[in-house]
Amino acid sequence: MPCEQCGERPSSVHLTQIVNGEVTTIHLCDVCAEAKGVQTGASIGNLPLAGLLGGLTKEAAAGLLSGPDTVRCDFCGAGLREFRDTGRLGCSHCYDAFESQLRDLLRRVHGSSHHAGEVYLSPVAASGDRPQQLAHLREQLRRAVEAENFELCAELRDRIRALE
Amino acid sequence: MTLELDLLPDGGMSWLEASGPESVLVLSTRIRLARNLQGCVFPGRASDEQRGTVMREVVVAGRESPVLDGAALVQVDELLELERMVLYERHLVSRELVGLDRRNRNRRAAAVLTTGDLGVMINEEDHLRIQSLGSGLAIDQVYARLERLDSDLGGRLPIAFHPEFGYLTACPTNTGTGLRASVLMHLPGLVLTKEIAKVLQGLSQVGLTFRGLYGEGSEVVGNFFQLSNQTTLGKSEEELLDHLAKMVEQVIVWERQARDVLQREAATVIEDKVWRAYAWLRYARQLPFDETMNLLSGVRLGVGLNLISDVSVYTLNKLLIYTQPANLAYQEGLEVSDPELDVRRATYVRELLEEDAGRGLSHGGA
Repeated sequence: MPCEQCGERPSSVHLTQIVNGEVTTIHLCDVCAEAKGVQTGASIGNLPLAGLLGGLTKEAAAGLLSGPDTVRCDFCGAGLREFRDTGRLGCSHCYDAFESQLRDLLRRVHGSSHHAGEVYLSPVAASGDRPQQLAHLREQLRRAVEAENFELCAELRDRIRALE
Repeated sequence: MTLELDLLPDGGMSWLEASGPESVLVLSTRIRLARNLQGCVFPGRASDEQRGTVMREVVVAGRESPVLDGAALVQVDELLELERMVLYERHLVSRELVGLDRRNRNRRAAAVLTTGDLGVMINEEDHLRIQSLGSGLAIDQVYARLERLDSDLGGRLPIAFHPEFGYLTACPTNTGTGLRASVLMHLPGLVLTKEIAKVLQGLSQVGLTFRGLYGEGSEVVGNFFQLSNQTTLGKSEEELLDHLAKMVEQVIVWERQARDVLQREAATVIEDKVWRAYAWLRYARQLPFDETMNLLSGVRLGVGLNLISDVSVYTLNKLLIYTQPANLAYQEGLEVSDPELDVRRATYVRELLEEDAGRGLSHGGA
């Protein structure tokens, strides 16, 4: 079969495309295929997957952080330079020490800095304030019902009953 | 040497049995939550002593938790290099946890406490990486199990949480929910029709990321891809999981379409490829690892297309794990570098395939 592009050379690349469920196949010669930027069987092994792998790396994320190197976390002593080097913060207090820089970074990485998921209530806080604890458990129960996580529902109901 | 994990069913990998939905295309669903203890320096910056304290605290909490009843504790410090690699190849620990990561070698006081499908890695990048695994596409079940453990451990340990940012993690790419859900898929149809790059590029535009068989930074081998959520903040756990599930279902549709195209337009080529792969695995006397992975991919495609009926998905999953260099060496009592390994690999593969053929399975998914 001749190449559908130049009509001269014999086709050696058979490109099948699926667009919106519709299948089309075109037959091209090596030269025309390459001109169209088609990845051939020989080059599929060299597909630049590595460049796409893993999304945003820790290092790239850290590179987005701006701010002076002089500020340090009171608790662990880490500074912004270490963060840029390792991509990792030193401790949870770093989030307070570099709050504004991190808020900006989180927005750029995630598109938001506001947590919208499960809310954690520490065991200490939980043991002190019963109404607050009940409210927290009821909220957890509501989510568990929504998620149809029946095992967790049963556990939460038991805990709520014990408190009431 | 015996790993305590060997006492667990399927060496701590119950997902191998392939009982979950879509288990030919989707090998496993894995979800993890990153958590840290309040008032403790993160593992990467902590001293050996500080990490030791964290480990003891988490192990006590885990041992007391009824959700982790019967879990095996593996302390990385006590393991030989080969055993570390075995755990890593079984996807029970990360490269970083067992010190195989070039940048983070020999971190003391790292451990994993696991029942196989549910557990916690201790002193990885974060103090706790609570994780759950299941066969096939099973996001809801896997998360339900995980949430139970998270809720239980959260009641026993003080977890670092910020009213605005959510759960605090060593790397800001995990902050918020700390949730990363990964679905391990086999996509030979999309690779053979050369659609894969486009699909993966599309996924990265809708907030998903993909990796090779071994997670972060690993290469794609045997047409296995792990799809996972890229962001962890600003959306609830349910939203993140729903979005991933929808996208995975879409990829399954595309993979099926690609396979239809292949069967329609290149039936002979595909059948030949599949049966050649089977013949090599069934009769070869020496099998290097990379070649084995590619041949297993071919046979798995054959099972998915109902061309091969006497190989079970369970066998294919087992072969995928136990023919890896460290697992095979561990099983055979050899060094990973021993050239004899290729011969033993061929023998092992042949035995398992002969067993399946002898059993005369009527259907591949059995």
